[in-house]
Amino acid sequence: MKKLNGIKLKHRKNTENSSTVDFPVPEKVTIPMSMTMGAPCQPLVKVGDTVAVGQKIGDTDAAFSAPVHSGVSGKVTAITDYRNVMGTVCKMIEIETDGLQTVSDEVKPPVVTDKESFVKAVRQSGACGLGGAGFPTHIKLNPKADIDTLIINAAECEPYITADYREMMENPQDIINGINLVKSKLGIKTAKLAIEANKPEAIKNFTAMAENDDTIDIITLPSAYPQGAEKVIIYNSTGRIVNEGSLPADAGVIVMNVSTVAFLYRYMQTGMPLVTRRLTIDGNAVGEPKNVRTVIGTSFRELLEFCKADIDSIKKLIAGGPMMGMSVPDIDMPVVKTSNALLAFNHYDERKTSSCIRCGRCVRVCPLGLMPADIDRAYKIRNVEELKKLKVMLCMNCGSCTYVCPANRKLAETNQLAKALIPRK
Amino acid sequence: MDKLIVSPSPHDENYTKTTNIMLNVIIALLPAWGAAIYFFGMRVIPLTAVCIGSCIFFEYVCRQMMKRDNTIGDLSAVVTGLILAMNLPSTLPYWMAVIGSFVAIVIVKQLFGGLGQNFANPAITARIVLMISFPAAMTRWVEPFTHTDLDAISSATPLPLAGTDNAASYLDLFLGKCGGCLGETCSAALLIGGLYLAARKIISLAAPLSFIGSLFVLSWISGSDPVYQILAGGVFLGAFFMATDYATTPITTKGKIVFGLGCGIITFIIRRFGSYPEGVSFSILLMNVLTPYIEQLTRTKVLGAKEAEKNEG
Ligand code: SF4
Ligand code: SF4
Repeated sequence: MKKLNGIKLKHRKNTENSSTVDFPVPEKVTIPMSMTMGAPCQPLVKVGDTVAVGQKIGDTDAAFSAPVHSGVSGKVTAITDYRNVMGTVCKMIEIETDGLQTVSDEVKPPVVTDKESFVKAVRQSGACGLGGAGFPTHIKLNPKADIDTLIINAAECEPYITADYREMMENPQDIINGINLVKSKLGIKTAKLAIEANKPEAIKNFTAMAENDDTIDIITLPSAYPQGAEKVIIYNSTGRIVNEGSLPADAGVIVMNVSTVAFLYRYMQTGMPLVTRRLTIDGNAVGEPKNVRTVIGTSFRELLEFCKADIDSIKKLIAGGPMMGMSVPDIDMPVVKTSNALLAFNHYDERKTSSCIRCGRCVRVCPLGLMPADIDRAYKIRNVEELKKLKVMLCMNCGSCTYVCPANRKLAETNQLAKALIPRK
Repeated sequence: MDKLIVSPSPHDENYTKTTNIMLNVIIALLPAWGAAIYFFGMRVIPLTAVCIGSCIFFEYVCRQMMKRDNTIGDLSAVVTGLILAMNLPSTLPYWMAVIGSFVAIVIVKQLFGGLGQNFANPAITARIVLMISFPAAMTRWVEPFTHTDLDAISSATPLPLAGTDNAASYLDLFLGKCGGCLGETCSAALLIGGLYLAARKIISLAAPLSFIGSLFVLSWISGSDPVYQILAGGVFLGAFFMATDYATTPITTKGKIVFGLGCGIITFIIRRFGSYPEGVSFSILLMNVLTPYIEQLTRTKVLGAKEAEKNEG
């Protein structure tokens, strides 16, 4: 089967052998009410309330959203307005910790009997895709179409990030148990655990673990960015194509991040919702790159200090990977559910854009076969019809085209701007 | 820590820049250029310098007059000047070379908006304009190694001699020991340069191969000597360095193949039935003009894209 285009990136997985370190409970956490895709939550607590670990502190009636819990015990000291890196405005709850880490009595293993109660429990856990996209997990696990294959996304294709890899090395049994849990609750026949070829250790371990289980396939993905993009991983592991306007479920598959599936298993055992996460801290301004597990709401500044970053030298801070991560405008912003990495750099070359030389590199690398150079031209003259014909709506913003462009054209960004010109039905 | 810099993703970049690509094209042309000096003498050097110098000059003045940013640093004007020189006989008066540069840079390139925007290959167009304006000077070839004397014996290019007793040997053709424009005779050096560019992934071999291949097959079918046809004249220079020009050839592989086939067929027709013995320049120019249409017909297929949207009331 022909694999989709991709680009070779330097992996820079400096932290792949760094076991996860627990960050001590900070004195203060700030927890935004919007950390997943979908509607922001409303605070369930007031200033002055005492909260415990695992207590639900934000929720909403909107189905497309996930509740928010506290990872610390302490006192609510403020509720402020907050603008996250995506530009969404929501409330943010500030909690001063008491250091006791008293666990809330809300925390108990959920009772799950059938698919419906399972999906409900998943929603209560506050789970979302931990790989960065932040799609609420209970929505994903409640598809309208028939699913025959569960794809576990363990590509972790972005440079630097090793958070999922550490999950695979440290908690492999949780991953297998999580896969079996989802399979049995949703009645899915086969699961494919898809790992990029640059993680041979993980591939070897899981192949051994799944040797006698013919319902779990271990798939080796080529080492060519972006293997972790949903459409790419579906195609490269099953050969199926998600058509324009359809969801993966319409192609009979669900794609879940590997750390998310392990979290779900642990949640079913303990009832502790999503209040901590592991993230990779790296970049050339960081003295000791690490994988850190910390409570959601910890400020980036504290984590960077913990990893011996030279704070004064930081020019650019990225939440996520260098290809698809978001620029962080403020070093005091908190870790959220989707923070899989925090990269701090002490230099930034202002890139000068020049005219397109029509070299075709952007076309050659696009995994989906889009033609960014032509989209760029059509966008310049605001030719909406042409943009539609060029299928700009399908662009997944993987950034490969911008990366290879010798003229430094910001093609991926232009595509996002071009999408906004096309009227939605 | 000053304010953090906020910019859209991706935050990583690779280091192949426009200037770097142009530099590689220059490097790839050097073997053929060296061969030109060897065969046609020292005059190749000042002639090339005049072409490159005047191209840079015109580029600079144009950008100044149009109040656009200066683009000399991208080296594309140097490439144009060098390729133009390769397309001229070594005896051409310098002032004619300057006119060629003017056509290439001012008329073909900058009036259409600069690098990447021109629809025709600047050097090819300049060669054709010069050929039509100064047919005698543009066909005053020198016999290799007779260059010490500027009034050297003019020698015919090998093409009109094909099939006669005076036809050059394959080896002489391959090595470039025959009359012709200074950069087009040494197929061996051009081949090395072309393969270098392909190895560095700067050009794709789709167009050169389909160009040379189709000319070879057509010549063979029609009974001419196919090896002679591809080695003589400007085929290798055109195929590797001008039919691969980014701006004026199609972007997709399918498009490049169509482009190359078109060049091969037109070259064959002109050589066989036309009054010009050489058809490479015209074929490339004609295909340049067709490129936008080829592009329209050879777009990539987008994964999962639905065919033309239905108009739902
Ligand atoms: S990579 Fe950049 S210069 Fe090359 S065709 Fe695409 S937009 Fe143009
Ligand atoms: S950002 Fe969009 S257009 Fe560019 S390579 Fe990725 S999918 Fe293709």
